[in-house]
Amino acid sequence: MKITLKVWRQKNKDTKGAFKTYQVDHASPDMSFLEMIDVLNTDLIKKGEESIAFDHDCREGICGMCSLYINGHPHGPLQTTTCQLHMRTFKDGETITVEPWRANAFPVIKDLVVDRSAFDRIQQAGGYVNVNTGGVPDANMIPISKKIADEAFDAATCIGCGACVAACKNASAMLFVSAKVSQFALLPQGQVERKERAEKMIAQMDAEGFGSCTNTYACEAECPKGIKVANIARMNREYFGAMLSSYEVSSGGGGE
Amino acid sequence: MKWLIDLFSSSLGRKVVMALTGLFIILFLAVHLIGNLQLLKDDGGEAFNVYAYFMTHNPLIKIVSYVNYAFFIFHILWAIALTRKNREARGPQGYAIKNSKGIWSSRNMGILGTIILAFLIIHMRQFWGEMHFGSVPLKTYGDHEVKDLYLIVGAAFKEWWYVALYSLAMIAIAFHLWHGFESAFQTLGLNHMKYNPVISFVGKTFSIVVPALFALIPIVMFFV
Ligand code: HEM
Ligand code: SF4
Ligand code: FES
Repeated sequence: MKITLKVWRQKNKDTKGAFKTYQVDHASPDMSFLEMIDVLNTDLIKKGEESIAFDHDCREGICGMCSLYINGHPHGPLQTTTCQLHMRTFKDGETITVEPWRANAFPVIKDLVVDRSAFDRIQQAGGYVNVNTGGVPDANMIPISKKIADEAFDAATCIGCGACVAACKNASAMLFVSAKVSQFALLPQGQVERKERAEKMIAQMDAEGFGSCTNTYACEAECPKGIKVANIARMNREYFGAMLSSYEVSSGGGGE
Repeated sequence: MKWLIDLFSSSLGRKVVMALTGLFIILFLAVHLIGNLQLLKDDGGEAFNVYAYFMTHNPLIKIVSYVNYAFFIFHILWAIALTRKNREARGPQGYAIKNSKGIWSSRNMGILGTIILAFLIIHMRQFWGEMHFGSVPLKTYGDHEVKDLYLIVGAAFKEWWYVALYSLAMIAIAFHLWHGFESAFQTLGLNHMKYNPVISFVGKTFSIVVPALFALIPIVMFFV
C-alpha cells in the first residue's frame, strides 16, 4: 500500500508545531498503524532526520498508552486502540492526517506525545480503596449480584487512554472519571470512601482544567473500551449526594 | 457555606444550574403556550386580554414570574460561563479534521441559545415592556377595564419580519430542546434503563409540538 501521512511535528512544549507530509511506499495491509509509523521512522533515521515521537507500550490494547488522533477520530476510524488498528482499514493511496490529543490539560510534549499525567493526579486524588482488604476472601463471601459485579467490571475496563477527552468538544474527562468513580461505587469494598472519593476526584478533575460534559456523547462513541455514559449520570448522582451530605470530622475522634 | 459555593462553581454543579433552570423554563413554556393559544379564539381578544390581566395581577403568578426571570438570567449567565470554560479546556490549537460525533444540537447549544436570547430581547421589549410600561389602550369587559394587549400582539403579527423572526426563534427552541430536555435528566443523574425511553419520547415530542404550536399562532394571525 502507498500512504500519504500528514503528521503533526512539534519540537517541545514551548515551540509551535506544524504538519509535515511523508510518503510511506511499502505499507502492508497487515501492519498495525503503529508498525507503519515504525517503518516510516526507520526510513527517517536512515535519512538522518529525526523520527516521529509517539506513545505506545503494550501494543495489545490494554495499557492505554497509544494515542493519536487519526482522520478526525481518536485511535482512528474504528472503536479500538491505535495499536489494534490495522492498515487494511485504510485505502491504498489514502492521505491520513495524524494529530496529537488536543486539550489544555494534555499539553503536547513532542510531536504526537501528550502529557496525560492529569489522569494520574485524578486517580491519586481518590481512585483507590484505602482500607486494609486482608487476604483474598473466599469466592462468594462478599454478597454481590452478578449484574452489579458485571457493571463494576465494565467500568473497570477503562484503560485511561484519554480518547474521551480527545473526542470531546469541551475536552471533558467525565467519561474517564465516571468509570473510575463507578467501579468502586458499585462494589462493597468501595463504600468506605465513597463520598470522599467522588468529591476529591471531581475537585481534581476541575483543577486540571478539563471541561464540562454537554452530553454530546462523542466520548462513548470513541471509547475503545465501550465505557457507557450511564456512568456519567452515576458520577453526577455520587457527587451531588456527596456534596449535600458528607461532612468533615473536626474533632480528634473519641477519648478527649 | 464554602461547600455550597464549591458545589455550584464545580464543572458538575454548573451543569446542574443549567439543567434545573432549563427544566423550569420548559414548564414555563408549556404554561405560556396555553395562554397564547387563546389568541386563536374568535372573540376579538377577550379571553386573551383577561388572561393577560390575570397574569400581570395575580400575586402568586407575580412571584413565580420573578423566579422565572431569575432562572432565565441564571441560565444565560451560566451558559456563558460554561461555554467559555469549555472553550478554554479545549485549548487554542484545534484539530485539522474535526470530530462530529453526537447530535448537531448538542454541539451547538450556545449558538441556538444566542438566537433564542436575541429573540427574547425583542420579544420582551415589544410585549412585556408595552404591557408593563407602555401606553396600551384599555378595553372593558363587563365591569373590568383591562389593557388591550391583543391589539398590540395582533399588529405585530401582521408584520412579516416579526412572524419570520418568531418562527425562526421557535425553530431554535425546538433544536435547543431536542437535545436539552433529555440532557437535563442525564445531568441530574436521572439515567435509568426503565425510564430513558419515556424521557426521550416526552422530550422529543415536547421539542416539536410546543414550538410548532407557538409558531402556528402568528402564522395563522398573519394570514387571517
Ligand atoms: C426557551 C428558553 C430556553 C429553554 C427552555 C432552555 C432549556 C435548556 C435545557 C433543558 C438545557 C439542558 C441542560 C443540561 O444539559 O443539563 C439547556 C442547555 C443550554 N442552554 Fe438553554 N434554554 C433556553 C434558553 C437559552 C438561552 C437564552 C441561552 C443562551 C444565551 C441558552 C444556552 C444554553 C446552553 C449554552 C446550554 C448547554 C449547556 C451545556 O450543556 O454545556 N439557553 N437549555
Ligand atoms: S473512558 Fe474510554 S476513552 Fe476514556 S480514558 Fe477510559 S478507556 Fe479511554
Ligand atoms: S499500546 Fe497499549 S493500548 Fe495501545
